[in-house]
Amino acid sequence: MAFTLFRNVIQAQPLFLHSSALLRRKNGVLYCTMKSTSQSQTQTATEEKQQQKSPQKVKVSPQKQMKEVSKIAADYEAVIGIETHVQLSTLTKAFCSCPYSYGAQPNTCICPVCMGLPGALPVLNSRVIECAVKLALALNCKLSFSSKFDRKQYFYPDLPKGYQISQFDIPIATGGSIDLDLPLEFGGGHRRFGITRIHMEEDAGKLMHSGNGSYSLVDLNRAGVPLLEIVSEPDMRTGIEASEYAAELQRVVRYLGVGNGNMQEGSLRCDVNVSVRPIGQAEFGTKVEIKNLNSFSSINRAIDFEISRQVNLHNQGQQDSIVQETRLWEEGAQKTVTMRKKEGLADYRYFPEPDLPEVVLTKDYVDSVGKSLPELPEAKRRRYEEMGLSMQDVLFLANDITVADFFDATIQKGADVKLAANWIMGDIAAYMKNEKLSIIDIKLVPHELAELIASIKSGTISGKIGKEILFELLAKGGTVKGLIEEKDLVQITDLGDIEKMVDKVIAENPKQLEQYRSGKTKLQGYFAGQVMKASKGKANPGVLNKVLVEKLNAKV
Amino acid sequence: MLSTLHSPRSLSRFPLHLTSSVKPRAASASSLSDYPPSPPLPVAQSPGGAPASQILTIRRSLLSGSVTATQLAESYLSRLRLTEPQLNSFIHVSDSVLKSAQEIDDKIAKGGGEALGPLAGVMVGVKDNICTVDMPSTGGSRILENYRPPFDATAVKRLKEKGGIVVGKTNLDEFGMGSTTEGSGFQVTANPWDLGRVPGGSSGGSASAVSARQCVVSLGSDTGGSVRQPASFCGVVGLKPTYGRVSRFGLMAYASSLDVIGCLGTSVADVGIFLNAISGHDKFDATSSKQEVPDFESLFASINLLESKPLSGLKVGLIRETLDDGVDSGVKSAINAAVLHMQELGCIVNEVSLSSFSLGLPAYYILASSESSSNLSRYDGVRYGKQTVSDELNALYADSRASGFGPEVKMRILMGTYALSAGYYDAYYKRAQQVRTLIRESFKTALDSNDILISPAAPSVAYEMGEKKNDPLSMYAGDIMTVNVNLAGLPALVVPCGFVEGGPSGLPVGLQMIGAAFHEEKLLKIGHLFEQTLQGCRFVPPLVADDPTWE
Repeated sequence: MAFTLFRNVIQAQPLFLHSSALLRRKNGVLYCTMKSTSQSQTQTATEEKQQQKSPQKVKVSPQKQMKEVSKIAADYEAVIGIETHVQLSTLTKAFCSCPYSYGAQPNTCICPVCMGLPGALPVLNSRVIECAVKLALALNCKLSFSSKFDRKQYFYPDLPKGYQISQFDIPIATGGSIDLDLPLEFGGGHRRFGITRIHMEEDAGKLMHSGNGSYSLVDLNRAGVPLLEIVSEPDMRTGIEASEYAAELQRVVRYLGVGNGNMQEGSLRCDVNVSVRPIGQAEFGTKVEIKNLNSFSSINRAIDFEISRQVNLHNQGQQDSIVQETRLWEEGAQKTVTMRKKEGLADYRYFPEPDLPEVVLTKDYVDSVGKSLPELPEAKRRRYEEMGLSMQDVLFLANDITVADFFDATIQKGADVKLAANWIMGDIAAYMKNEKLSIIDIKLVPHELAELIASIKSGTISGKIGKEILFELLAKGGTVKGLIEEKDLVQITDLGDIEKMVDKVIAENPKQLEQYRSGKTKLQGYFAGQVMKASKGKANPGVLNKVLVEKLNAKV
Repeated sequence: MLSTLHSPRSLSRFPLHLTSSVKPRAASASSLSDYPPSPPLPVAQSPGGAPASQILTIRRSLLSGSVTATQLAESYLSRLRLTEPQLNSFIHVSDSVLKSAQEIDDKIAKGGGEALGPLAGVMVGVKDNICTVDMPSTGGSRILENYRPPFDATAVKRLKEKGGIVVGKTNLDEFGMGSTTEGSGFQVTANPWDLGRVPGGSSGGSASAVSARQCVVSLGSDTGGSVRQPASFCGVVGLKPTYGRVSRFGLMAYASSLDVIGCLGTSVADVGIFLNAISGHDKFDATSSKQEVPDFESLFASINLLESKPLSGLKVGLIRETLDDGVDSGVKSAINAAVLHMQELGCIVNEVSLSSFSLGLPAYYILASSESSSNLSRYDGVRYGKQTVSDELNALYADSRASGFGPEVKMRILMGTYALSAGYYDAYYKRAQQVRTLIRESFKTALDSNDILISPAAPSVAYEMGEKKNDPLSMYAGDIMTVNVNLAGLPALVVPCGFVEGGPSGLPVGLQMIGAAFHEEKLLKIGHLFEQTLQGCRFVPPLVADDPTWE
């Protein structure tokens, strides 16, 4: 359906352009779209650090980066606050019954309401409230039992009604906090950052600009998709604190199931405010907003760049040239550049949205939502810690709720905690990485992992056989018992059976025996290997070696 | 201004237009000879002159087979063709009226007469700011010229489901902003009582069309009096329902917290039956009410017109502030006569004072302008409607809106934008909201001690065309009787109650009855009794009274 036109400038077309990584200044307003990716959605801060593969990216080790910043900024302190937009994965949009799916053909998820046709009215999707209450409770916020929607008014082609339905002076939640543990490679440590407010609003559509800038296309699929905006207190001081704040928010969102938190798709978007002040100064310096932060590492690097930039200006006595502005993070150049100045002058003429009644929450409703909350990342980490796992293990396992669920289910079946953690973080994680699978895609189920661990522990199978079985289970599924039986893999521990095999091997290798007995004791390994081969790997190595040494050294 | 030397009582009992309405038909018939003869209409006028329900008459006639829906439709269409060149009530006339009528006849022929909806065969005019899927819907604005919505407004959908036939889209002041219908981006509508006068507004086309019997009933919208004032000017019944009674889905928003879709008809019964058909909760309008909708029709059947004091003991409060200076003496006289009439019916009429009444007008204009400045932002030329060729984004917005909107709309957008601006919000918008609360409370107090409140529907009868064109403040002042009711969200019924001298046969005056929220039933009952017992007044404009096809 062709409806969006901008004769000469914005063209009337069914929007044929697929979203692509376009970034162009247009009419003084910069608009960008994120690149579509089909990769798994479990990208995290730590994984990201391991896979900085873009040739444009400058590789800087975390330690080096931090040292440089702390060297420059020794006399200064940075103050960082973040505004995060979380797209909610409700089945339908915030104010109409259109479904939304990322990457759908342009203008196929639209209706009169989200197109802003004359006479169309918004009707609130109650799932949006549920998501907001969940997140508010998870972030320890105080809920407003009566809040309202407001209109934020401005003109832009991606905003069909000429206003965005948002919440202004009475947001649904205020005054919360978020707890997180910094990664060990950044020095570790626990942090708690304040949450100023959470409010509900609708997303705008997307513009796509033609290659030569002669026209632009409007895709309204995203218009009206529900968002929660989470505003932090200015509690962060470094890039890593800020990126870990965002990563923790992503974890919470995913644990709650309110959104997919995917930064590449724009389902989680962070705008960062950075200012610096001489240490000891009470008032804040002039703040600068940074946009276009599409990954946790770009948040980290953009902030550290910006801190250096501002501190350098201070050091050169040019602190007056730090002005309130919006700057853009350029991934290629690894720097921030001015996008638009004169912030703070926009007058959005907020007023209460007359088309929507007040949002009234009852205590019963909030209690019932509270009861439905899963164990949150912070609680999980503390529990894992108490179970005796190292912080490295804790951070790995609690990072992704599907991994944590798998781990929890495994130990619930009685598996040893440390062994279960090792299997998951070792061979299973490696397999997932190689095969590009997430833990919910593998064929292995927690129950069988617990069985496998128990079978090894009890000596039914050897660790080596265990590994073989594991890969079988990962790729094809089945049960540990079934595979052991089917492949006849039960470990041979019977002394008599092993003695027979050893005798046979020694008898078949008189030459090697002679060499061994003449002092070439290294050949013990050769004999062990031959026996193991004969047993098809099933001989218990301890018993085997004990018998072998006895027999090899036996006085003739 | 208009006034009369007649005593109020004699004025309402012996309206001046009687002389013209008894003219022999032959005298004017010759001028109509160019038009094909229309079949006779079922009589929708009781012998005593009191208006009978056209809807009920049509239903009876269709079921008895004395007339077909097609004949009915042809009759209305032929009168429409006859009168439209003088009136310009419609921006667009449907080309599928006869097809819809035929479908009803087919249904009756197949023996499905019992399954006919309550509005079967009823010709309905729809104000052009209400979306209709098969016709253009412009809101009276050039910015939406030729715009066709992909959906029917809920009210339209419901009236169609009940058998109603949309005859066309009626003219209005652009987006409902105005009180004369001269603010339409397309045409000026005339008042059937005097073609040199305005029909009122903004639902002027809907009022004019019903008054001239171009349709049976019509949908209007009422943000500050846009159904009631034109009803008064055109001598028809107009009902502004309680806010939320009728879904606003499909009504082009002017001021969302004040807008309601209302009904116009030639009798209270028609308006009541029509209201029932379009009311009720709508999942597409979060502000629509879940209150039960009573069956108003059975109400009219049960009213005993023979009782001498049918409204005995009913407490009626006459709002003192509505009879202050600035109200034409002729209007005052007609209202005083109406008061006497109500007393004869047994009502106890007392004056009540609403202290915040005079604050309503400024509060209304601030709130309505503020909301409209926001609601009209969507007309940006990007997705639909008028678009000016521009090579730059801001110019596209500015040029499209500058050429698409008329002067009144622009003024209100500017006023509203100003009132919502940082630094002015508290002084204007917020204060106006506080006034709104006061007004709501004062109505509540007055309605706690009275069954209904009454006032004139407008301080004057219909203006001459152009009279208010260059004096917007005086036009705004004309809304004094009605805006308070919107601010309070209450239902109000306007019933013609008398005449003032003027035009070829007098100009009608409307009496406004205001009830408590969701008490439309009470208003309709009182209005019906009032209308049926009002002696000697016949609110058929000369344009129709002279038409041989009428009655």
